[in-house]
Amino acid sequence: MTTQTPLSIKKVKSMKNVMPRQQAPFSWHAYLMILPSLSVFLIFYIIPIFYLIFLSFHDWDLVNPVKQWIGLGNYFELLQDADFLQVLQNTFVYTLLTVSLLIILSLLTSLWLNQNDIFTRFVQGAIFSPYIISLVSVALLWLWMMDPQYGLLNAILTWFGLPPYPWLDSPDTALYALVLVSVWQGLGYNTLVFIAGLNSIPTDLYEAAALDDTPSWKTFFRITLPMLSPTLFFLVIIDLIASFKVFETIAIMTGGGPLNSTNMLVYYIYQYGFRFYKIGYASAAAVILLIILSILTWLYFALLEKRVHYR
Amino acid sequence: MPWRNAMRWLTTLFSISGMLLLSIIFIFPFLWMLLTAFKSYYETVVFPPIWIPSSWHPENFVKAWSSGPFLHYFKNSLLVAIGILFLQIPTIVLAAYAFARYQFFGRSLLFALTMVTLMVPGQLIFLPDFLILSQLGLINTLWSLILPFASSAFGIFLVRQSFKQVPEELLEAARLDEAKEWQIILNIMVPMARPALITFALFSFITHWNDYFWPLVMTTDDVARTLPLGIAKLRQVEGGSAWQIVMAGNVILVAPILLIFFIAQRYIVRAFVYTGSK
Repeated sequence: MTTQTPLSIKKVKSMKNVMPRQQAPFSWHAYLMILPSLSVFLIFYIIPIFYLIFLSFHDWDLVNPVKQWIGLGNYFELLQDADFLQVLQNTFVYTLLTVSLLIILSLLTSLWLNQNDIFTRFVQGAIFSPYIISLVSVALLWLWMMDPQYGLLNAILTWFGLPPYPWLDSPDTALYALVLVSVWQGLGYNTLVFIAGLNSIPTDLYEAAALDDTPSWKTFFRITLPMLSPTLFFLVIIDLIASFKVFETIAIMTGGGPLNSTNMLVYYIYQYGFRFYKIGYASAAAVILLIILSILTWLYFALLEKRVHYR
Repeated sequence: MPWRNAMRWLTTLFSISGMLLLSIIFIFPFLWMLLTAFKSYYETVVFPPIWIPSSWHPENFVKAWSSGPFLHYFKNSLLVAIGILFLQIPTIVLAAYAFARYQFFGRSLLFALTMVTLMVPGQLIFLPDFLILSQLGLINTLWSLILPFASSAFGIFLVRQSFKQVPEELLEAARLDEAKEWQIILNIMVPMARPALITFALFSFITHWNDYFWPLVMTTDDVARTLPLGIAKLRQVEGGSAWQIVMAGNVILVAPILLIFFIAQRYIVRAFVYTGSK
């Protein structure tokens, strides 16, 4: 790559208006080419969102031919349901812990593993591997290792003379056990994305800092971290969305228990939709998830506009 | 300065042993899965655990495999993952070509609509999707696992990026030679986008091979169930907690993916990390 003076987005935008636009063919062919993809998106993604909102205003059990309009009834019921409030709280605690641990640990790991020798590449591959296997496998593996009686984790604790930990068996610890599993699974992905981000920082910035004898912590906070901010925002949003939609580990490892302590939004929606057949009620819970995800998406793009193109 | 040298040696030593420890934390669970899969039931229920099984029991794999219609699950998994790819590649290539190379009314709106679907996870819309698919009479068929993924916004985004890099002169020359649009797509665009297509294909195959949520929601019995569902059900085999059987099944589920990863690590890492480096 040749080094160029970096252009701000604004400059590029204004240049576009000056430069003659490349002539591309115009034809109705384009609509025909988009049609297959667009119909998939409409039928299975866009229309369902509106259908979901529609259902959330109704009382319906999946069998009755009549969907009864009850307005905001489902939402009032949700907000008065102590279980649901607990579910919301669990989801937020789980998400906050998982995402902050993932970001901090993977940032540190990426600074450490940002080399290209064979051994480091092996370590990178090793920490990445849990990310590409099925969450079913991950969940079963950890369920077995966290077994209170015969599990490996308690055996290791016993070796070090520590008392056994209840892991998934106690309402006080089960949520943290799930956080541990998610961090283990996602660390490699986050780390490799950070490494890709680190490698895209122009080296001349570091050379300038080295000439000035800038201490390394200062280089990190003044150069590395700001230059990494697009990557950081990207990962935060990806991790947030991933952790708000957590399902597999709950379904396989805890079933939402003990005492509702690991029940989270998607699992709750699933339970009410497919076990209790309260479709309207489940849809209302899903709309709340939709609102959360929309805010996150909006926040992401808002922050991206503001913070990323500071140069 | 010998003191400085010693310090450097020490930090290298720390770094290397730290990396070793890190790899152990990530590799050991897989090893433990493999070891457990070969144990006898008795050796899975002793405390402290036995590391190396005193006798090896490969029949655990046979037991796991024959405890349910696993060949059927396996076939379903393959049909779904490959069927999705089979539909995705043409739909993605066409849409990406139109978005990259055509001017038309509503282009940016339609592209925005496409990108919005990236932010709509299946875990959000499975209820209405289930109802729509059951209206179409497709619930509990493989189609319910394939059709919602017949195109992919992520794929369109990826392929569009590489289509945009094809020089316009090349296309103009082809048009002067009276090449049809489909010839341009097949003979110029697709070869140029091959790395992006391979990257996407790996990403898509692995994602859908691994998927548990969607098949769980869209199937009501074994007819259309896939391997991850079958493996998750192994916990009920032999009255429950037969961990040697569960782990044997788990090996069956994980091994193909880890094998592909081992062979094509570079491609796979790129497939999953790609958007991050943008």
